[in-house]
Amino acid sequence: MSVFYFKTRLNLVEMLGIRVSTVPELLQQLRQVPGSSVYHHTHRFLQQHHFLCPEPPNDFAFWITNALGLDDLGEQLASVDTIRFTKINDLRDAFCAILEKYLQRRNGVPPGCHEGEEFHFMACRTFVFASPFHAADAAEFLRALRSISINSIYYHIFESRLRLGRVGNDFSLWFESIGNKPAADEIAKLDPYTITLEGLRKKIIAIVEKHAAN
Amino acid sequence: MLQIKDYIDIVGANALDELAILARYLQGKRIQNINSTAVGGGVAEILNRMLPLLRELGVDARWDVIRGDERFFSITKKMHNALHGVSEQLSDDDLEYFLEVNRRNAADMDLDFDIHFIHDPQPIGLVRERPRNGGHWLWRCHIDFTDPDPRVWEFLKGLIEKHDAAVFSAPAFARPLPIRQVLISPSIDPLSDKNKDLPEEFIASVFEKYGIDRQRPVVCQISRFDYLKDPLGVIEAYRMAKEHVDCQLVLAGGGAVDDPEGMQVLSEVRQSAESDPDIFVLFLPPASDLEINALQRGSTVVLQKSLKEGFGLTVAEALWKAKPVIASAVGGIQLQITHKHSGILTRSVEGTAFWIKQLLNEPEYASKLGLHGREHIKNNYLIFRHLRDYLLLFLSVFETGDIVHFA
Repeated sequence: MSVFYFKTRLNLVEMLGIRVSTVPELLQQLRQVPGSSVYHHTHRFLQQHHFLCPEPPNDFAFWITNALGLDDLGEQLASVDTIRFTKINDLRDAFCAILEKYLQRRNGVPPGCHEGEEFHFMACRTFVFASPFHAADAAEFLRALRSISINSIYYHIFESRLRLGRVGNDFSLWFESIGNKPAADEIAKLDPYTITLEGLRKKIIAIVEKHAAN
Repeated sequence: MLQIKDYIDIVGANALDELAILARYLQGKRIQNINSTAVGGGVAEILNRMLPLLRELGVDARWDVIRGDERFFSITKKMHNALHGVSEQLSDDDLEYFLEVNRRNAADMDLDFDIHFIHDPQPIGLVRERPRNGGHWLWRCHIDFTDPDPRVWEFLKGLIEKHDAAVFSAPAFARPLPIRQVLISPSIDPLSDKNKDLPEEFIASVFEKYGIDRQRPVVCQISRFDYLKDPLGVIEAYRMAKEHVDCQLVLAGGGAVDDPEGMQVLSEVRQSAESDPDIFVLFLPPASDLEINALQRGSTVVLQKSLKEGFGLTVAEALWKAKPVIASAVGGIQLQITHKHSGILTRSVEGTAFWIKQLLNEPEYASKLGLHGREHIKNNYLIFRHLRDYLLLFLSVFETGDIVHFA
């Protein structure tokens, strides 16, 4: 039977030295910043505010709504269904398409933000390392899941899928490999972007408990 | 002295385990911190807290201090002001002398380390010794860098670029540079006198001492008396709010009696407040951390209505106490508060007055903001996040790529 080794990850935030104050500037830079920057701005809120519910927005939506006062555009950007994307560049294209459409429709000079409220492009370097936890069956997995850090949950659900290009989240892949397809499918169906990380832990525990006998 | 285990109840064993794992990857690496003073000032305070914790984790970290004479420190003081955007006269001779003192220090110091972590501009000239001493060089800027004087910036830029990376406290301080720029925000220590839990009796005694009625709402701002903290704007906002909701205002802070501007601000604040018995202007002596802690904990709403701010750690201090905070959308405050999620961001006296009324009238919403704020500070602005970022920064110089996998 395959053993699941829980890993964990920590991020170091880097600044690109690029600041923008209007939508056209945002679009221009968004097209060319590294993928790690797009990833950072679509997941930072989730990591820093993982206790918040309902769904926190991505940085682009938050800035456009709060610094530029463009509520409609902000709502469209906040509604991008991140879970559908498995490649960062596809996610980037989705944001760019919304901004391009907005600029095509809009007449006149686009609004700028107040001085001091510019959007600063950042990126992150991710350090992945082994945690002390591992599991050879569902019962051990449950025990570990109750103890691992939220950084570990974050890594296996978000990071490994979107940044390492795996087809699903690590937990579902492992349950499938040990023949527990119902648990695998139910975990895969979760939209983790609409749940806090602690809420996610509880939901996965409930799913594994339900299907532990399989 | 505080030890890592003292923080377990606050950050959890998992977070501490992750620090220990990171520290293991730094085994065998020697790290040298260099700044210009062993006592006094924010940098010495941070290093005094960080170094023992790094060593307890098994990291071979040490701290050296450069030496300089009166002329050198007069030059670095001018440099400091110029980086804050103040116009200062620095001659070519001054800049050459600055480099000469750095050169002398380099000749006297042991620079045989894997990582040299240089704090602030004073020792930045040491990096010119890099070709002879090797190792990795990191420059940590602790000061507000929003609007630096162009000439001083050009001079320093040439030295910053010789480092592997520059570290800034807020995104607004980032500059176009050919080296990596890392964001490491400052932090608060939850076990310090300013932030630790206090018995209710002590909090009550402080309010009683100053005659503040705890049966009625209390709005407070803790800040030194400085125009940039806008205490007069705070009084105006309080008066507008008080037309519709009963409250008291506490303006508490310290300042140096030999700071003429601070005394002028204090005098104007006292004058503005004198006709209102519900405004308490408290000029506190330097060792008042426990009283400041009590005033924050006993207040209903905490304000930080700054006109300009570097990072504004008083916001983190109030949020850590789960207080609803209304603060200006300036500098690092925007990192600490997400508007309507973990606090309120405002841009005017009127906006501040509006939100004082809202939060006093809606205590449940105010309480939720405070609780979210505390969680945000716990996850992002406590000394442990700061320590973790330093460990990641040190590791980052030995690795390449966006994603680094350790075995």
